[in-house]
Amino acid sequence: MALHSVSIALTGSGGAGAMTAGQILLDAASKAGFYGLMTRSMGPQIRGGEAAALLRISTEPVTSLDDHYDILVAFDWGNINRFSAELPLSAQSLIIADPEQGDVPEAIGVYGARIAELPMKTIAATIPGGRINMVGVGAAAALIGLPLEAVLGVLTAQLGRKGEEVLAAATAGLKAGAEAAAELPEVAKLPAHKHDGAARWNISGNEAAGLGALKGGIKFVAAYPITPGTEVLEYLAPNLPKVGGVLVQAEDELASINMVIGGSFAGLPSLTATSGPGLALMTESIGLAVASETPLVVVDVMRGGPSTGIPTKSEQSDLNIAVYGLHGDAPHLVVAPNSIADCQFATQWAVYLAESLQTPAIVLSDQAMGQARCVIPKPEDSGFVAKRLVAEDSAESYKRYALTNSGVSPMAVPGTPGCMYVADGLEHNERGTPSSQASDHQSQLDKRARKLDNFDYGAHWADVEGEGEIAVLTWGSGTGPAQEAIQRAKAKGIKAKLISVRLIAPAQPAKMAEALKGVKKLLVVEQSHSQQFHKFLRGHYDLPAQVSVLSRPGPLPIRPAQIETILASWN
Amino acid sequence: MNVQAAPLTHNDYKSDVKPIWCPGCGDYAVLSAVTRALADLGRPREQIAFISGIGCSSRIPAYTNVYGFHGVHGRALAIAAGVKVARPDLTVIAAGGDGDGLSIGGNHFMHACRRNVDMTYIVMDNEVYGMTKGQASPTTAPDWCKSKLTPEGTGISAVDPCRLALAAGANFIARGFAGNPNEVARLIVEGINHPGFSFVQVLSPCVTYRPEQREWKSIVHPADASPAQIMAEAMHRMAADDGFTTGVLFQGNRAPFQPIGKNTASFADLERKFES
Repeated sequence: MALHSVSIALTGSGGAGAMTAGQILLDAASKAGFYGLMTRSMGPQIRGGEAAALLRISTEPVTSLDDHYDILVAFDWGNINRFSAELPLSAQSLIIADPEQGDVPEAIGVYGARIAELPMKTIAATIPGGRINMVGVGAAAALIGLPLEAVLGVLTAQLGRKGEEVLAAATAGLKAGAEAAAELPEVAKLPAHKHDGAARWNISGNEAAGLGALKGGIKFVAAYPITPGTEVLEYLAPNLPKVGGVLVQAEDELASINMVIGGSFAGLPSLTATSGPGLALMTESIGLAVASETPLVVVDVMRGGPSTGIPTKSEQSDLNIAVYGLHGDAPHLVVAPNSIADCQFATQWAVYLAESLQTPAIVLSDQAMGQARCVIPKPEDSGFVAKRLVAEDSAESYKRYALTNSGVSPMAVPGTPGCMYVADGLEHNERGTPSSQASDHQSQLDKRARKLDNFDYGAHWADVEGEGEIAVLTWGSGTGPAQEAIQRAKAKGIKAKLISVRLIAPAQPAKMAEALKGVKKLLVVEQSHSQQFHKFLRGHYDLPAQVSVLSRPGPLPIRPAQIETILASWN
Repeated sequence: MNVQAAPLTHNDYKSDVKPIWCPGCGDYAVLSAVTRALADLGRPREQIAFISGIGCSSRIPAYTNVYGFHGVHGRALAIAAGVKVARPDLTVIAAGGDGDGLSIGGNHFMHACRRNVDMTYIVMDNEVYGMTKGQASPTTAPDWCKSKLTPEGTGISAVDPCRLALAAGANFIARGFAGNPNEVARLIVEGINHPGFSFVQVLSPCVTYRPEQREWKSIVHPADASPAQIMAEAMHRMAADDGFTTGVLFQGNRAPFQPIGKNTASFADLERKFES
């Protein structure tokens, strides 16, 4: 079935209700049998800043935003210049503007889109308790052909408990907006579509990461808030205790990572979540977890950097610190989800890997996935659950850091008689006694490298799709646009392969060589200014002779058309 | 017939690893006091987690025969809190020096005092960074000018760890002297038995970089009153104290922090929340 989708941007100053409007439309689309995606673009202000809900509603699951928006509903024009670049429109697009808010600003006008006036504020004022965002939702829903009953159903479910008056006002606003839309020009419409009956979820990437953590067996979480990672922790706070775990709010990231080390040492699979600045603070102690062979998971929801950077917007620029940030030779795991749905799988898998290999795993998500909501088919359970090799009660002359063939040695959980040991960040011998001897350093370095090198990561190291002499090699949220571009190219007779790397570290040269077999032209796609991913690939893999790189820093996402254009030019 | 194992002696809590400490270091006495306290309490060795950071004194877990973690500089209390919250059944002790606990780890000290996780923290205070060869620490007097790093002295007033602990909300505050290991052992026993965070400052002379601390034995004096139970009174006493009064200085009764997982939902229940 071909993909049909409609993209809508709802913008307004904080308080206008753009986010709520977007969520209602996404929920309603799901109820009506569609799939969809909604990302958020926000300024740094807590109240009164600029905000945009960026939606795509579709007949099939989508993992990428489209190239442009079909409809822009502007509740007002406050601070629009700050994010107009994130609102690409085409000549066919329709801007729905409230005449009371003044002329369409030049930053939006330059796209040459059609403009339709809708006095949302005036209409809302005629309704007791009426709000402009409901008028906007009604108009947008009617324009794209989203059944009004589905929207009403969502309103009833969400506002019912706020009382009849609130619900009545919202319903009246919705209907007034829908009626007014009849006077507006035609715009891209959703096809008539029936619910396929399949179970589906409406979930954010940060929630999915939290759920994946729980399903992987996480039982201890230490938390320090940071945008845009906080929602992972806020999901876990009420839900972790429900599955028998505990969460502590720490005083800083130095504490949270060390609490997690303590929780894991004590025997519980443990996790924390953060963003770039927090990851930077944690790196010394992640190295401790490597040296002491303490399993743990750090979810890093990437945002624009360096330093405080752009906290509310996405970028794939923590790859270097995640892979190379630890001092010394410190082999560890770096796992990157490549869609909102994959935030669950990748985090769950990371818990399993960290526990199996007794080493830290960094999960590199990003704001574009973490804070976006997506309607997805209900995922299959991957079955990955933490399973740690533990020491037996009666172990004689227990050696915590025994030089085993696999490199993984049984880890005694406190409470186990006869296996007392001291975990240490100092280099140590097999028993764990501090040692500065060359032979101990060599053998323990070998052991810690060996356990990661020898492990069978299976097919999950990357998603490899399609065939062709052309390939797109990407990671994380570069994957959605690449998938869509390849689909579009295929419809035009261009064959291209997709390689989306999930296991960033340790690198998998043999598997990559297999995936790149027959590939003559390679396009690397990433969202970083200095091409961190491209340089990482250069350091670890043999790439074909002809390599192009599509890289841009955040916050602008990679659009499918950018990739499609390059693929077409190569054919 | 059950054969009762012989009770463990304090030597059973010692490992065969030889300490790196200088001859005459106060930390030997603290090690003895810790192992004696554990023997007195009769805690099984495997039920104890002994956590430290970095510095001379932070080497102490390796010299004991219990579970331990020798982490990075300044973070012992964070690891210890993680251990205890994850495993409330364990007896958790953290230890380290004045630099580790009050300088690089100062933020964790403040929050450990207010968080009140049930564990015992021993600061082996010698008013100097020994491992890096003699620099001023937060407890060093401002006019101590024997360090190459601060040859004119730090000019910064020293911290009284007990006063800091009280201000931050600690509920058990004691001070001992390494020259009196019996008292230190008793304070550690009381600290472990106290529900919640217990803080024990041990004046532990550094004979290498602060040889003048040998004189502490003639300066320390036991508290002449039973422990204060009201914060204002403890504050009043500490303000007037010379920093050499030993004994339990304050004991309150704030409830410890211990979140409990409840196991009330299945994964299917959690997943249902996302169905749409």
